[in-house]
Amino acid sequence: MNIKSPKQGQMRLSDGGRINRKNPVSFRFDGKTFAGFEGDTLASALLANGVHLVGRSFKYHRPRGILTAGYDEPNALVEIGQGNQQAPNIRATEAMLYDGLTAKSQNRWPTLGFDIGAVNSLLGRFFPAGFYYKTFMFPAVFWKNIYEPIIRKAAGLGRAAKDHHDADRYEKTHRHTDVLIVGGGVSGLMAALSAAGSGARVMLVDDANELGGWMLSENNTTIDGKPALNWIKQTVKALEAMSNVTILTRTQCFGYMDHNFLTLAEKVTDHLPQRPDHLPRQRMWKIRAKHVVLAQGNHERPLIFGGNDKPGVMMAGAVRSYINCYAVLPGRRAVIYTNNDDAYKTALLLDDVGVKVAAIVDQRPTPSSVLVSQAMARGMVVHTGHAVLDANGTRHVGTLKIAAINPKTGDVTGQPFYIDADLVAMSGGFTPVVNLHSQARGKITWDDEQVCFRPSDYHEAAICVGACNGVFDLKGAMTDAAVGGAMAAMAAGFTAEAVMTPAVDEPSMVMRPHVLWKMPSDAVKGQEPKAFVDFQNDVTASDIKLAVREGYHSVEHVKRYTTNGMATDQGKLSNINALGILSDQLGKPIPEVGTTTFRYPYTPTTFGAIAGRDIKELFDTERLTRMDAWHRQHGAEFEHVGQWMRAWYYPIDGETMEEAVNREVKKTRTHAGILDASTLGKIDFRGKDAGEFLDRLYTNMFSTLKIGRCRYGLMLKDDGMVMDDGVTTRLGENHYHMTTTTGGAANVLSWMEEWLQTEWPELDVYLTSVTEEWSVTTVSGPNARKILEALGCSVSLTDDAFPFMSYQDANLAGLPVRIFRISFTGELSFEINIKARHGLALWQHLMKAGEPFGLTPYGTEAMHVLRAEKGFIIVGQETDGSVNPHDLGMSWIVSKKKSDFIGKRALERKSMALNNRKQLVGIKTEDPKAIIPEGAHAVLDPHQSYPMEMLGQVTSSYYSPVLGHSVAMALLKGGHAMKGQTVWFPMINGKKPIKAVITDTVFYDPKGDRING
Amino acid sequence: MAESPDRGARRLPGGKPKYSVFSLMRNARRYHQDWQQAWRSPEPKKSYDAIIIGGGGHGLATAYYLAAVHRITNIAVIEKGWLGGGNTGRNTTIIRSNYMWDESAAIYDHALKLWEGLTQDLNFNLMFSQRGVLTIAHSWHELREMSRRVHAIRLNGIDSDILTPDQIKKLVPIINIDQSIRYPVMGGFLQRRGGTARHDAVAWGYARAADDLGVDIIQNCEVTGLRRKGNRIEGVETTKGFIKSPKVGCVVAGHCSVLGDMADIRLPIASRPLQALVSEPIKPELDTVIMSNAVHMYISQSDKGEMVLGAGVDKYNSYAQRGSFPVPEHMIAAAVELFPILSRLRMLRHWGGIVDTCPDASPILSKTDVKGLYFNCGWGTGGFKATPGSGHVFADLIANDRPNSIAAPYALDRFQTGLLIDEHGAAGVAH
Repeated sequence: MNIKSPKQGQMRLSDGGRINRKNPVSFRFDGKTFAGFEGDTLASALLANGVHLVGRSFKYHRPRGILTAGYDEPNALVEIGQGNQQAPNIRATEAMLYDGLTAKSQNRWPTLGFDIGAVNSLLGRFFPAGFYYKTFMFPAVFWKNIYEPIIRKAAGLGRAAKDHHDADRYEKTHRHTDVLIVGGGVSGLMAALSAAGSGARVMLVDDANELGGWMLSENNTTIDGKPALNWIKQTVKALEAMSNVTILTRTQCFGYMDHNFLTLAEKVTDHLPQRPDHLPRQRMWKIRAKHVVLAQGNHERPLIFGGNDKPGVMMAGAVRSYINCYAVLPGRRAVIYTNNDDAYKTALLLDDVGVKVAAIVDQRPTPSSVLVSQAMARGMVVHTGHAVLDANGTRHVGTLKIAAINPKTGDVTGQPFYIDADLVAMSGGFTPVVNLHSQARGKITWDDEQVCFRPSDYHEAAICVGACNGVFDLKGAMTDAAVGGAMAAMAAGFTAEAVMTPAVDEPSMVMRPHVLWKMPSDAVKGQEPKAFVDFQNDVTASDIKLAVREGYHSVEHVKRYTTNGMATDQGKLSNINALGILSDQLGKPIPEVGTTTFRYPYTPTTFGAIAGRDIKELFDTERLTRMDAWHRQHGAEFEHVGQWMRAWYYPIDGETMEEAVNREVKKTRTHAGILDASTLGKIDFRGKDAGEFLDRLYTNMFSTLKIGRCRYGLMLKDDGMVMDDGVTTRLGENHYHMTTTTGGAANVLSWMEEWLQTEWPELDVYLTSVTEEWSVTTVSGPNARKILEALGCSVSLTDDAFPFMSYQDANLAGLPVRIFRISFTGELSFEINIKARHGLALWQHLMKAGEPFGLTPYGTEAMHVLRAEKGFIIVGQETDGSVNPHDLGMSWIVSKKKSDFIGKRALERKSMALNNRKQLVGIKTEDPKAIIPEGAHAVLDPHQSYPMEMLGQVTSSYYSPVLGHSVAMALLKGGHAMKGQTVWFPMINGKKPIKAVITDTVFYDPKGDRING
Repeated sequence: MAESPDRGARRLPGGKPKYSVFSLMRNARRYHQDWQQAWRSPEPKKSYDAIIIGGGGHGLATAYYLAAVHRITNIAVIEKGWLGGGNTGRNTTIIRSNYMWDESAAIYDHALKLWEGLTQDLNFNLMFSQRGVLTIAHSWHELREMSRRVHAIRLNGIDSDILTPDQIKKLVPIINIDQSIRYPVMGGFLQRRGGTARHDAVAWGYARAADDLGVDIIQNCEVTGLRRKGNRIEGVETTKGFIKSPKVGCVVAGHCSVLGDMADIRLPIASRPLQALVSEPIKPELDTVIMSNAVHMYISQSDKGEMVLGAGVDKYNSYAQRGSFPVPEHMIAAAVELFPILSRLRMLRHWGGIVDTCPDASPILSKTDVKGLYFNCGWGTGGFKATPGSGHVFADLIANDRPNSIAAPYALDRFQTGLLIDEHGAAGVAH
């Protein structure tokens, strides 16, 4: 990217860290070029260059820096990448640095340093939690046109890529495993050793770039007498060598669902400068685990004080990470602010690397441990029983206001004094990560001793180990994890033994935080400086107190009113602090206040990864018939019918659709037409109760149907409304062949299976979908018989030998076929079913044989015209779930003899035969050329005022080239009694209403003479 | 910023101080120490003139209109958990009235008309935003359905326009109208008066206004039984004791069958999970609400910048507010397909609620065989948009013990007579 390599940052230590100093890289942030090393995160590289200010907050646009060193980061969100590889809201603390990385700060204008939006901060007093519910109400129109557009522009964080078409690919994969271990810190590694030793299939996943967890940030711990890092290296090597262990890094487990189903998001190439074509950007893993070990550790909690959001204020543990993992100094002059021992490790480390520790401010009155003594021994000033009241500084922390406090109440008791610092390392205690455990409906319990929630009862087959189980000391956590790993393997059916916990030497510490939910402050009540609980969403301690004052007492109300915990860090740092303040305000203990519901995703997850390859051509199956290639070769236009692609019409010589359809219709009526009807649903019925079952399904009788005969049937839902129709043929004593509508096939099959399996299991019926087994070609028209004869048909096709509504097995052109003499055009018609693989061959034979007889292919549009001329319904077009057989004028098909069928009881209700129901009628326009748009509604008076009295709607409407006028069907209230009456169809496109008369539905060949050719 | 036309009227009818830019400034001067509670947390009295079970949007709206319109103020709203915690706080906040059946159009447009002045009525900014609701068609079949719907809607006097793919692209620049995709955008219809509102605010606004008029909102109080004397309701048994009332309205959505059981009423309701999710907030990209039935998804962008996505109902019955993963998984694929911009964005939160669905996908607003016991349920996935209309009409039903013309078609007896309002079969739209 840059010809000249930039100089490495001045805050980088000359040695140490887990970065690859042999591979310096350059990157850009807000247009400036910086240097870093492979192994850096964007955050560590920025800090190495002394850059702390990386973003602006959501509401007040306050300057924000880098708070953490992991995926719990609320502040340091940036846009990374360019063009169609850009993504917003990426946590700089997680983004691995690569050469050429380009990042931009967000939510600021015009620049990060000078952000106009920061005026909100000055006006902050007028913008407390929920202020927008109380104003912007007058005048009402201003909301839509002025207030809301401004709010919308101001809100949001990053920008989505300008180029919408993601250049990257995503994948999904499935895996069954015996033991899934979430978290690859020391606990996860111990659990993996125990579980893997049993021979169980083990998956070990961790969000970070390498295994080791927090231990990678520690410098003063030994395992087996050697630095802990050696043990990690050795253990990882041992696990990698085991064939039953799968290790995934940069992989976050984001969901824990029912029946030990877990979802992982793996960042496959996000950290690479060059992304190989064969790899997806991210991959979602769907895991079904026999047992799950959660070893996710904990999050360090911030302390609440004025200005705690200023760049330069960091989590104490994160400071150790930056020094130990990345060899970066986050400051030159530090103040440690803590309520527990852990932060003393940070103080000692800062001292080790030459950072001046100006003071340690400890809320505890009398801390006494080895670490405290060590700090004092090194001459550090420890202010016990003190608190930071406020942090000053414009774009970076500068001066801290400190005072003695009453350690019980938090009240300020001493005179405040000031200390300068450019780094504040704070620690407010630790929050075990119980999120996944809770997602899986595990219970949590409040631990008063350690001041945190920890897991109690499990719902799924899982076990929490180590720090996320509330075991904070290293030795204890390792033992807990070793046992947990073995238990998980045993639960998965293996013989396992917990590995021995090695000798551990770490400084002994008091991890229990001394919590003050009341923020120490010497300000007048209500005028405390802004102290942030949820950093990203700008929720302050006073916001939570305000919510409580206003009656928002439920933890959910407080969350929703203040937006605490709803930012992209999802409350990882803020929730417990908010709960603490809430419990203090309500005077109720935390367990009684409760928590909000834990839900996936544990961390935000890329939509692309969840969609995977199920987009574009793989979004849904596209079903093609065996004759599809022929249709395409012959210029067919296609339409979607359910999942199927059907030939719609076949324009020749530049015909318009109208011309082509008219030609196809006319030719079919005068000569013959050929239709690919393969998409019709086909279901094979076998079993001695097949006839009985059909009797219960259809409104008419099928058990009495003679072998070799076909019958049209109507199927109702249990509410008496038409659900599907089709022709069913009796192939043998206990063997039927049912056809359904193209779109309804799958529904009809599952409908029937539901009845068979849940209501009538005693029936001996077996259903098989055979839609794809048969290619279906319909030859229709006066010449149909001649064409089949010309092709050589093994059976006689005369009316006597092969009457209408019958079926025969035959040979056609030497191919075995099933011929059904049924008709959807009103013409002499043969529906020929052939084993699917011969479908195209038969079609071609028919086309050739039909040439002298004027055979023309017709598509679905002509099919619609042909059937509409005859008044044949299409379920889903003439019906909509509210139409019964009587409405369709098909009472004849409802058996009066049968004791029962689905929908019979419903159909017998009075309302089902009311005269004012919408009934199917034909519609003939006064102007023969006028075609009423389908969906238009009929009225008696087109000039009436709104709302108009509507009679009903046009369901089908076409121009009939044979009749020379348009034909339409409509469902009109009381339509059957209105034949001959005039109605109007008001148009919505500004055109004049169309005048028409109500007719019978059969427009063509009402006597049905043409059925025999 | 002029705020209140009448600077003298600083109080709501019941005496609560009004919210306005002036009250905000006054309170800012006092560092927000003096804000009054939006609602009280009273203990239940021994008896009320009416009890509403369920402190969601519909229940609170019912109580508010009983008090504001019918002057029945001795009312309690009894809520098992926290008010607004059910489907009111779990939906995708879409508001529209472009239904096809006359009965549906009547009630949903009644609601929409109430929405249009509700912020001012309640003196609570509900962020009701008429940004337009666009329903996409992906096939000829859907275009035909759409035509039918638009014709009917227009003749009902409700706004609705058919748009071509190019017009859609102009309105929604981030949509993919490439005709080669699996289910291409072939057209759509737009209801400009449709839009979104801030769902929690609706519950809070109604709660505050009802409380102002004297309604007792009792949270964390579970109804454990319905006490009857003969064929008459006497009151409700709760975890805070028995509370007497001659009229009890049940407005508990997903759990209505549970209450029905307490009165030996079997409701034709199936309760199923419905899921929704949001993305991380981004700068504005989508100003219109988009719905697509064929690919099962709907989407809008909230004022906070989050893309709000919803899908179809899970197919199994359940009271667990979770749902199964394949439903959002499919919906996300559909969303990425239609809005490729989403591919690189990230899912931030996901949640589930329980929707109470009738066989005809229309609600129940009805008296029952038990005198004084009323049910308002079965809104399925369509409840939020109906909130004011539902409450308004249900209050009328309870106050007068007879349904008005809007409520009448929604009586329970339609499942006996067969006069269903089948928005399921008719609907080209997930609603």
